[in-house]
Amino acid sequence: MESVQIQQKEKRHPMENLLRMDRMPHIWCTGCGIGNAVSAFADALAILDFDLDKVCVVSGIGCTGRVAGYIKVDSFHTTHGRAIPYATGIKLGNPDLKVIVISGDGDLVSIGGNHFVHAARRNIDLTVILVNNFIYAMTGGQVAPTTPIPAYTTTSPFGNFETPSNVPQLAEAAGAVYVARWTALHMRRLTYSIVDACKKPGFSVVEVISPCAMYYSRINKLGDGLDMMRFYYDHSMIKHGEPTDHLEIDYQKEIIVGKFVDRERPTFSESMKKWLEG
Amino acid sequence: MKANPSDVFTGTYYIDGDVAAAYGALAAGCKFLGGYPITPSTEAAEAFARKAPYVGAQFIQMEDELGSIASVLGASWAGKKSMTITSGPGYSLMMENIGLGAAMETPFVIINIQRSGPSTGVPTSTGQADIMQSRWGANGDYEIIALAPDSPQESFDFTIKAFNLAERYRVPVMFMADECVGHMTEKVVVPDASEIEIEPRRFYKGKKEEYIPYKRDKDLVSPIVKAGDGYHLYVTGLTHDERGYPILDNLSPFNIDQAKVRNKKSTNQYLVDKIRKNKDKIIELQENQLDDAEVVIVSYGITSRVSYRALEQARKEGIKAGMLRLITVWPFPDDRITELAKKVKGFVVPEINYGQIVFEVDRCSHGEANTILVPHGGASVHKPDDILGAIKKIMADDKKYDNIVEYTTSLEKQVFKGCLAEKIRKRQR
Amino acid sequence: MNEIDKAFLTGTHHLTGSQACAEGALSAGCRFLGYYPVFPSFDIVVRFAERIREVQGVLIQMEDEISAMAAVLGASWTGKRAMTVTTGTGFAQMAEHIGLGVMLETPCVIVDVQREGASEGNPCSPGAGDMMQARWGSHGDYEIIALSPNSPQEMYDMTIKAFSLSEKYRTPVALMTDTAVSNMKEQVKIPDLKDIKIDTRKYYKGKKEKYLPFKYDLNDLVPPMVDIGKGYRFHVTGLTHDERGYPVMDDACQELNVHRLIQKIRLFADEIVDFEEEKTGDADVVVVSYGATSNDAIKAVHQCRKEGIKAGSFRLKTVWPFPEKKIAKLAKKIKRFVIPEMNYGQICLEVERCARGDAETQFVFHAPSKVGESDHITKLIQKAMKK
Repeated sequence: MESVQIQQKEKRHPMENLLRMDRMPHIWCTGCGIGNAVSAFADALAILDFDLDKVCVVSGIGCTGRVAGYIKVDSFHTTHGRAIPYATGIKLGNPDLKVIVISGDGDLVSIGGNHFVHAARRNIDLTVILVNNFIYAMTGGQVAPTTPIPAYTTTSPFGNFETPSNVPQLAEAAGAVYVARWTALHMRRLTYSIVDACKKPGFSVVEVISPCAMYYSRINKLGDGLDMMRFYYDHSMIKHGEPTDHLEIDYQKEIIVGKFVDRERPTFSESMKKWLEG
Repeated sequence: MKANPSDVFTGTYYIDGDVAAAYGALAAGCKFLGGYPITPSTEAAEAFARKAPYVGAQFIQMEDELGSIASVLGASWAGKKSMTITSGPGYSLMMENIGLGAAMETPFVIINIQRSGPSTGVPTSTGQADIMQSRWGANGDYEIIALAPDSPQESFDFTIKAFNLAERYRVPVMFMADECVGHMTEKVVVPDASEIEIEPRRFYKGKKEEYIPYKRDKDLVSPIVKAGDGYHLYVTGLTHDERGYPILDNLSPFNIDQAKVRNKKSTNQYLVDKIRKNKDKIIELQENQLDDAEVVIVSYGITSRVSYRALEQARKEGIKAGMLRLITVWPFPDDRITELAKKVKGFVVPEINYGQIVFEVDRCSHGEANTILVPHGGASVHKPDDILGAIKKIMADDKKYDNIVEYTTSLEKQVFKGCLAEKIRKRQR
Repeated sequence: MNEIDKAFLTGTHHLTGSQACAEGALSAGCRFLGYYPVFPSFDIVVRFAERIREVQGVLIQMEDEISAMAAVLGASWTGKRAMTVTTGTGFAQMAEHIGLGVMLETPCVIVDVQREGASEGNPCSPGAGDMMQARWGSHGDYEIIALSPNSPQEMYDMTIKAFSLSEKYRTPVALMTDTAVSNMKEQVKIPDLKDIKIDTRKYYKGKKEKYLPFKYDLNDLVPPMVDIGKGYRFHVTGLTHDERGYPVMDDACQELNVHRLIQKIRLFADEIVDFEEEKTGDADVVVVSYGATSNDAIKAVHQCRKEGIKAGSFRLKTVWPFPEKKIAKLAKKIKRFVIPEMNYGQICLEVERCARGDAETQFVFHAPSKVGESDHITKLIQKAMKK
């Protein structure tokens, strides 16, 4: 039997010049929200019109840590929790670069918590995109510092009882100049938030609440990725400027999203320059 | 002392090495696990977390490996048998506190399910490249004990052994499994508690006023106390004398205790001596057909299983090969290697790394036997043919080697189209 | 005076080992120091801080040693020569990132000012307890270069050499010193800029689209490097990777990646190894030493010669890679090696291995409190040679 060849005009997606197409398909699961974060980031880069040769992405270890491997700029996949100090070294080594850290909740708030706090305190000019899926997915579904009470994970087999971190509050308290939170559903708003965060000098944090279909929602019987997106649709409320101590995420309850902090502080480089000249 | 029946999940299981190690730890009386998830050791921590409430054990997932090891030291000083479970990168992060644990003479166990390295490496696959790190990873001089299992059953048994050695010698014990053993699923028999010997913590039993923290018995080990018992304990990582006080203090002219101090010498020497002196009681080896052997395979961990196959084949072909399996990798059996070196032509050392224990084998042979390394980068195990090839090479070579010879494995030939070292040497000439 | 001139204090100065190290770094072009303050490495930072305004460098005190090393690796990828300074406990903390530095093939220098004892030890006392740690401290397989200076002049010279080796071989280099050498104050000659010989990293010069971050050639196994921000859009990861820098999770890639990293140093060890021999030509006993101990060891050799014992000195200037061939060759001619160390036996194990039974090896504990004295080494050699 003759095989039928379908002729198709080859079309290229506009995002392809920002992605390492030679590595596709990516490793993320069906129903994962990290892809959304990457798309939003790619769109933001297109809007910002930065010289892509001067953009550098640093990530840590974890599912979100793999983002660096798919974005076609100078990118670094470093050690667990140390993306921020690595990025600090890059930024101080060449202040002309735009350095963006993309990593997960475990990587940035748990093992990297110390570095998160200090980089915010110093106001290093970095943009941090923190994808929060409430779990350590890459290593098989262990509890994270952001896991709500009383969710099940493989290392909280009887339900988590530890109070979870409130990432925007932590960022604000430590000194970040821009703090926003969106979910993987709010693609347009997330994109524009990333644009604002990148434009703003200083330490900016954009938290992206994301579904984890393989572990978090499966172990807790919350459905698949699409079910989680429906949940975000029904339960997220946009409240710009909300005080960050109101932003805890309780299990399967309302998620407050929006832009919470947008303030001015001298950046580390500005202060250092003044001191060197003084 | 026999194990506590409520800690032992007696029965026959079909489980992997990670889970078996967790069961072994609980059977040994471990009551604290401070851990951090890292592939490929997560199954062990998860198994412990599931069982912990039933045996009165505490599990906590710390924020990182540094927090984990620090919490383990703390729990040990609170009187509990404690451990942590990790892999390569986590092990590196724990080094400073391992040094602290060694200096304070804290008993604890670290289970390292080794993976391919260096750095992030291949997380889901096997390696044996942390074995030198377990000995020398922390700063300063200290000695540790390291065990290497080659099956899930041994993971269970050796974890109990690890805890016993830790308590006996007040030393960190490294349980150096690897991803292959950790993720291998085999039959594991957990016997009745009455068949399991465990070493209880050797608490000080004398008068409180006469307690001297680092006063040693004939084995150079001191009895321990725990926080909360009224000893007003001071433990420090600073170099200390037998009272546990930093010896820097002793230099001060204002130190009113000067006259009362019996022995101001630092305890540093004992950190190494207490293991070196008791080597013979600690070292455990498994010997196979060594009586008439002309070439000896020295192996540990998962590589021993591949080596058995090579050994069988070698014997079938009439080669007088034997095998020495290191159950305790550290302290290293210097004397046995030196003894064997006088009788045999050479040693074949297959390791899933580019040469670590082979240096020790070569050192102890004092030039009397040749040493061949069969290296392997990781992410899989050796092919028995490569080990057999190395055995044949040693038997065929009559001259004495002037250094360790690296055998060119089939994988190297495949990847580099030949021996990489040979290619470079040719260009250098 | 332009920036390069300000970095050079050409002339003769009276400097401590720490100050000489900082000057060496500046002369080598180091413009980034990320550190965490810990005694006794802090003096190097103080000197760097005093000079930093003149040279427009970056000095940042990070929140711990782990982040200090991470920042150094990041800065190195921007093309800057970067360094960190620490002591034993900090060096232990940096283990994971030294592994990352090896895997990403990042040039950088780590100065470890050793102190006595395990863990916190005795901060004010010199030690040599990290020599094996330099080689085996991180997980996985890797080779490292470690240098051991014995005077402020060598602190200056070897810091420059450390940068040079790190650039040439694209690897982290450890400078293993101690409180004794870092506190010695002696004359240090700083040459003219044109007399300083230092290698620079091999930069890629081909087409941007064809750039493969880890493509190597058989001449030196070192892939050419690029700086961030020059349009190469490369990706590097600590996962096992192929030539493109992308992770591949199989044994063939592990062999391709890691075997090359090992052989990059091992096969070129002869070019890297550096040592100083004195009176070994007719010696019966050779004292093998390094660092602060070597000053006392050489004194002991001279004392022995005065008393008619044919002693010689072999001083290790590079401790790793170890000069295996040279020790093996010496072992065939002499009766005994004596190895004094400020630890309970570390480098003596390598000497024993390379001697291959041709000469006896004897370890001597050189107590930190005995730095500056050589009588006990002399007495031991005399006793040993009488047998």
